[in-house]
Amino acid sequence: MYPWLWRHLPGPVAVRVVCCVVLALLVVAVLFLVVFPWVDPRLPFNHVTVSRSAGAT
Amino acid sequence: MTLRTWVRGVGEVLITVGVVLLLFVGYELWWTNVVADRAVAAERAELLDRFGQPPHPSPDSASSKVVPGDAFALMYIPAIERSWVRPVVEGVTLEDLSRGVGHYPQTAMPGQVGNFAVAGHRATNGQPFAYLDRVTTGDQVIVQTQTRWYVYRVTDVSLVAPTDVDVIAPVPGDPTATPDRRIITLTTCNPRWASYERLILHGRLVSSSPAADPPPIPGGG
Repeated sequence: MYPWLWRHLPGPVAVRVVCCVVLALLVVAVLFLVVFPWVDPRLPFNHVTVSRSAGAT
Repeated sequence: MTLRTWVRGVGEVLITVGVVLLLFVGYELWWTNVVADRAVAAERAELLDRFGQPPHPSPDSASSKVVPGDAFALMYIPAIERSWVRPVVEGVTLEDLSRGVGHYPQTAMPGQVGNFAVAGHRATNGQPFAYLDRVTTGDQVIVQTQTRWYVYRVTDVSLVAPTDVDVIAPVPGDPTATPDRRIITLTTCNPRWASYERLILHGRLVSSSPAADPPPIPGGG
């Protein structure tokens, strides 16, 4: 997967490295802003209240 | 495609999954607390600012209506940490709990007859009650509203099932009884990184003083 990416990035090595860094930051941003906040409420240690239905917040 | 290419591809995927999992651990242990601490500081500053203003037309905080999602009090628990203070937000949704500790709607307000019940995170998202297990019988829980200080003293600590809603009843353990005492209940998850129990602290009101009086907190406010 990474060799494939490297082959398909345009330009000389320096440009490709910059592209890789930007892509990596983009992926981290999506994880921190979308994926992880979605997973977080589903973790057991976020269940701190008592409620009739087990597993609520 | 050769076998070598396949093996390399699988290896890359596994390493990527590992990195993403590490990032998630960093997100939970560090970033959620950064975000929550920021929100807590903002809510606290706003509350102290509001407490400094003259009260609204309804001066009795016990009878005035609070808006869901709004912080309306500050809670101090010196037994957790000398400087421990958190806003009390109306509601116990995860959004409410990310800005302080959450007041169970329908339960009593601070100082009222009945049960003033509050929940808080034990781990991540600001983790206000991370060390609630340090608090024992006799320790103080102090609540500051716009108009008054309320000092509660912890009377008992227990572990219950997550579905044991009777602990936040006006009279804990007896949901049909009519309350005649002013108590407080704190709930959080137990063990800290799991959720199969709830850590419950009950306390009763021991004193109350006007907001203008010196803070009843050891070492000042």
